[in-house]
Amino acid sequence: MKKSYLAILLLPGLVFLAAFMVIPILLTVGSTFYHESRFTVEGYVHFFKDPYFLKIVWTTLRVSVITTLLCMALGFPTAYYISRQNPRRKGLLLALAIFPLLTSSVVRSFSWTIILGKKGLLNNTLLSLGVIQEPLNILYTPTAMIIGLIHLFLPLIIITLVGVMENIDSDLVKAAESLGASRFSAFCKIIIPLSVPGLIIGGILVFVGSLTAYTTPALLGGKQRVISTFLYQNAITLNDWYLASVIATIMMVITFIIITLMNKLAAKLNPKGS
Amino acid sequence: MKEKNRGLGLFTLLIYLFLLGPLVIIAIASFEPGGALKFPPTGFSLKWYQNIFEVSMFKTSFITSILVSLAGNLLALLLGLPAAYALSRFQFKGKNALNAIFISPILIPGIVLGFTMLKYVIITYNLPVYTALLLGHTVIMLPFIIRVIASSLANFDFAVEEASLSLGAGRLKTFFTVVLPNIKSGIIAAVLIAFLESFNNVDISVFMTGPGISTFPIQMLLYVENNFDPTIAAISVLLMLFTAVLMFLIERLMGLSYFTKR
Repeated sequence: MKKSYLAILLLPGLVFLAAFMVIPILLTVGSTFYHESRFTVEGYVHFFKDPYFLKIVWTTLRVSVITTLLCMALGFPTAYYISRQNPRRKGLLLALAIFPLLTSSVVRSFSWTIILGKKGLLNNTLLSLGVIQEPLNILYTPTAMIIGLIHLFLPLIIITLVGVMENIDSDLVKAAESLGASRFSAFCKIIIPLSVPGLIIGGILVFVGSLTAYTTPALLGGKQRVISTFLYQNAITLNDWYLASVIATIMMVITFIIITLMNKLAAKLNPKGS
Repeated sequence: MKEKNRGLGLFTLLIYLFLLGPLVIIAIASFEPGGALKFPPTGFSLKWYQNIFEVSMFKTSFITSILVSLAGNLLALLLGLPAAYALSRFQFKGKNALNAIFISPILIPGIVLGFTMLKYVIITYNLPVYTALLLGHTVIMLPFIIRVIASSLANFDFAVEEASLSLGAGRLKTFFTVVLPNIKSGIIAAVLIAFLESFNNVDISVFMTGPGISTFPIQMLLYVENNFDPTIAAISVLLMLFTAVLMFLIERLMGLSYFTKR
């Protein structure tokens, strides 16, 4: 009886996901190995031989790695500060971090065009201060993408880390201090190691998010393509569905590898053991 | 020691300036009277707010977005509520794998989801744009519905349910009269969070627009491709107010601790 009861509860959702997500993905991956009615890996060979395609992959990876590292470096101290505030201030700071996260990515990325443009706020300020003589070219470059992506994902890593740091027993730090450790060495030997798994989970979210983001590169990247905008361009503008399927498969494989590797790393670095 | 904390406080302040500054700037710039968006604005005018209502595609795409989000939400709830209940209530073989499958639409790149659905569902069965949008948005809402409801069920004491069952109420009756009222606020919060995910979605919708039909964020992207007037800034202000109201409701219903859990 229990089995059929479980099936009634779970099957509708599973069938739905199978029909509209799992099967289409499997068919797409399969279609990349079966082209013009024969088995082939030509799509991939062609992709990884083309310097233009490789440059797009390289740009995407570089932008994602820089975004992830900066988010970790900026998010960690911020989360540490927030986790040590009284509940009222902590709640307020968390709410202010969650608000941008819930706000449309179109709004958030578009806001940077006013700041980074040729006649934008940043250039006007720097020109009038005499720091620069010629306006800087930031908008529509990978730098603009990185700024936009950090803005997009920094709140995610902050709130993830606050969640982890809140669970660190504050008695541990007190015990270390009463045994003679300085606050700084207590921070290095207790807070940092115990936060590493959270930092890595946050890092996965930021990395995968940056690697697959569409809106921010589309708005701030200009003609500079990344994998996701390249996939869209091939599928919709150029109608090259075979290449689009190859790109989609490569994207999923990279995402999968990153998630697996970082999860392994998180388990390894977890001082509590996995 | 005090010194160091002050440094950290200043650092946090700068981070928040970075996070919220652009949103404040776009809000102030929305009052620009001229035809080009700039900061600081050269005057004060509400005419670009008026312009939102004069561009008919904004109105139709807004209605499309709302309808798709609401209908998709209902469908996701019908599929997700039973699944969330089963995954929280029972122990069984393969539970972790099932959990992973239900959460996977969050981890699979949205642009890949959109493309594969377009290729093997929408074109293959020649589905109309509205149906396509509904199916795509249901897929991405489902994991949020399941996650939020599961986290609400985690705080529910299933002994209460056992008591009702042992007193002779049927499973279905117990679910509707005992379990459901207890997780009501969690369900509403789940619906609101899923609504925001769907309403703001770009990656999937971008593959599912047809002649004269698009969702609101896609329409915004199309508009900024050809215009640099402050209309999008004015829309941004309205969207931020809308988001703030929904976020306030979510906070009232279940607190914000859901967001800090991974």
